[in-house]
Amino acid sequence: MTDSRPPEPGWAAPVGPALTPQPDAAPPRQADVPTPVTPQPDEYAHAPQPGGPTPVAPQPDGQDRAPQPDGPERPGVRSPLSDGEWHRLHPLTPLLRGGLFLLVIIGVFIANARERLLELFVPAFSEVPPGEYPPDPVDFILGNNLLLIAGGVVLAVLVVLLVAFRLSWRFHTFRIGADDVEVRSGVLFRTHRRAPLDRVQGVNLTRPMIARLLGMAKLEVVGAGLDANVRLEYLGTRDADTVRGDILRLASGRRLAAASTRGASPAAGPGSLAQRAAGVVGDGVQGIVVGEDLSDAEPESVVRIPVGRLAASRLLGGSTVLLLVFVVVTVVAASTSTLWVLFSVVPAFLGFAAYYVRSLARGLRYSIAPTPDGVRVTFGLFTTVSEVVPPGRIHALEVRQPLLWRPFGWWAVSVNRLSGRGATDTSTDQFAAVLPVGTRADVERVLGVLAPGLPPEEWAALFEDGVLGPRPTDPFTTTPSRARLLRLFSWRRNGFLLTHDALFLRRGWLWRSLSVFPLARLQSVGVRQGPLARAMRTATVTAHVIPGSVPASVGVLDRDDAVRLLDDASASAVAAAAGDRSHRWAG
Amino acid sequence: MTNTPGPPESAPSPFRPSGDVTPGEAAVRVVSAEESPAGEALEASSVVSPSREAPVAVAPSGEVDALDDRTFSRIPEPRGEGRLPLGDGTWHQLARAYVLVQVISQGAVLLLVLAAAVVVQVVFGFSWHWIPAGVVLLVTAFGLAITPRQARSFGYQLRRDDLVFRRGILWQRVVAVPYGRMQLVDITHGPLDRGFGIAQLKLVTAAASTGVTIPGLNQRAAEQLRDTLIEVAETRRTGL
Repeated sequence: MTDSRPPEPGWAAPVGPALTPQPDAAPPRQADVPTPVTPQPDEYAHAPQPGGPTPVAPQPDGQDRAPQPDGPERPGVRSPLSDGEWHRLHPLTPLLRGGLFLLVIIGVFIANARERLLELFVPAFSEVPPGEYPPDPVDFILGNNLLLIAGGVVLAVLVVLLVAFRLSWRFHTFRIGADDVEVRSGVLFRTHRRAPLDRVQGVNLTRPMIARLLGMAKLEVVGAGLDANVRLEYLGTRDADTVRGDILRLASGRRLAAASTRGASPAAGPGSLAQRAAGVVGDGVQGIVVGEDLSDAEPESVVRIPVGRLAASRLLGGSTVLLLVFVVVTVVAASTSTLWVLFSVVPAFLGFAAYYVRSLARGLRYSIAPTPDGVRVTFGLFTTVSEVVPPGRIHALEVRQPLLWRPFGWWAVSVNRLSGRGATDTSTDQFAAVLPVGTRADVERVLGVLAPGLPPEEWAALFEDGVLGPRPTDPFTTTPSRARLLRLFSWRRNGFLLTHDALFLRRGWLWRSLSVFPLARLQSVGVRQGPLARAMRTATVTAHVIPGSVPASVGVLDRDDAVRLLDDASASAVAAAAGDRSHRWAG
Repeated sequence: MTNTPGPPESAPSPFRPSGDVTPGEAAVRVVSAEESPAGEALEASSVVSPSREAPVAVAPSGEVDALDDRTFSRIPEPRGEGRLPLGDGTWHQLARAYVLVQVISQGAVLLLVLAAAVVVQVVFGFSWHWIPAGVVLLVTAFGLAITPRQARSFGYQLRRDDLVFRRGILWQRVVAVPYGRMQLVDITHGPLDRGFGIAQLKLVTAAASTGVTIPGLNQRAAEQLRDTLIEVAETRRTGL
């Protein structure tokens, strides 16, 4: 505890074998990207370095690898934090992680001492006559001259808390190796989580409001599995961004220095300048004014959503219909019975309002852009989430049009992908709605970004055929006319199309929707048939993919078509999977 | 098909090593396959389309194929012409002992509920409890009645690149799972299953909806199938 080391770069210093990161982390291509290395020391100069309790550095359990000689083996690594050594998180991390706890304590204190505080500051408004307090612990302490002891206790608790936070911070380390990302945490109960990089499903960078004010961000490496994510919370915003770039670059399998330069350099130039300028202004202010984009790859968003359109689209959603029904019901109820019904619905309206505001705030500042390492989608006004999903991590996608959007020609795109969350995490996966609302041109651009394999003219044809409905030369296999009673309006649209790399399911006449399943991600195919379908000689085809919001089955297809599709799709899926190299997408 | 759930050769034999198949049994199985017309159709059709059909060799050569050891030999189909066809290839089916296990366990439930209801009637003397008990009894009895036929509707085919699984008569379901998509293969058996030497094999992919569970395989068949599937999946391994 008394061992106070001289101030060092602190948290960024490797924990294991002493090794100064700066010279080593300089990659071969540092000539064109000098920024991430140089601003590092002064960037964290503001970071509080509590010189007091500095426990012994955690011993890496003897598992530490020998320091890797850098250079040719780790090309494209730009941040000193991803040099293959153990590093610590941002020193302000405990403040954010324990901040909630402290807030609760303060809240409890204020709630209890409300009367007293009121009396203290605005004696005129106090209901209690002066000098008379309701009995509470403070009176007890004052009355029994226990002030010193109470103060000591509070101080001791504070010190213990500080030490605990500090300890947990010191023991919370991460390492970004060539093949995996590892995190160790815990003081008494150590946990060590290691995620292989070739299974990374995406990397997202979340900046909650408070963290953003402090210039910090949460980095989450999305794994394939239940509760399989590796979280690095919190890092400095700029570091988080470069670390994310490094993780993706390492995961891409771009081992050759040449490939790495080609892949990342076009984006690096202006970004680094902007970063430097932004660093002067200060992360917090910058983050609020300009927004998320501090990426190494600074790509241009392919879609811009005007705020008006976003607001209108939220208003024209299904919830508005629900709201209208609700209003009508209440008005009728109020006019037929008592007016008091009107007051009981106020909470419901507040709920609706909150829903609108939330969904609007989530959709604001939206951008989607292709990067060398996958699609980058950014969302959110208050809590900004920016996620990079590498190629081949999208298991299904859907283009759909709610009824009320039809006059405006708006569409929404959503995807299925592995979000690596725990079963208990019920918060919505923000990335699932890739395009909250967009015109046809937007949808085509988004699809082009999400599935870069297909040429754009093919997408256009697909949009004509698949999304807008049957043209005279319709490649889709649709419901046979004998069974059109079962799909009264949509029987011409209801169908499927199997190409060599994707399965398309087209459904709906009023609510038009097209589901796309890349065959390389298709897990299995099923056909089922009940008694009614049997009487009509039809069957239902289901594409089995990872769970998500994309509807995966289409019914009332001719039985022979369905059975043939089962065989063909299975065979094509095998072929597509055999040729799929996206787990190391640049290799 | 005249097979009752427990013909002599498929009688539970917990005390005999299940791998020990006498020639007589194998002969009986062949005969029973031949006496059903659908069985003949199966045999005849299994020669067609060899390209897609070249099955995965499951048993080490020279042994009796454990997958078809004491199993059903014909998949009952719905009468409607529009049914999902059986198609080409040989379907492997569940062990006959599975029906017995199901009958015993469901029969036990039936008897227990019945006994409990009777006891309640005798001791407390009221009778409204027959309503819930009756529902349970009816459902169980119905399940018991269709079990023998339902058990026959399960079938799986090992094709060159994928496993095809089917089940159901009234509500038919056919699934094709490429071998490379398998994440793991699960074998479970309860105490009753163990007594009759059967096991349940579950095939897990990344998609929860795949839902391929083969409930009543002979234990040897289950293990052999598992090993084969893992081996085949290994050579065709793909990402998620």
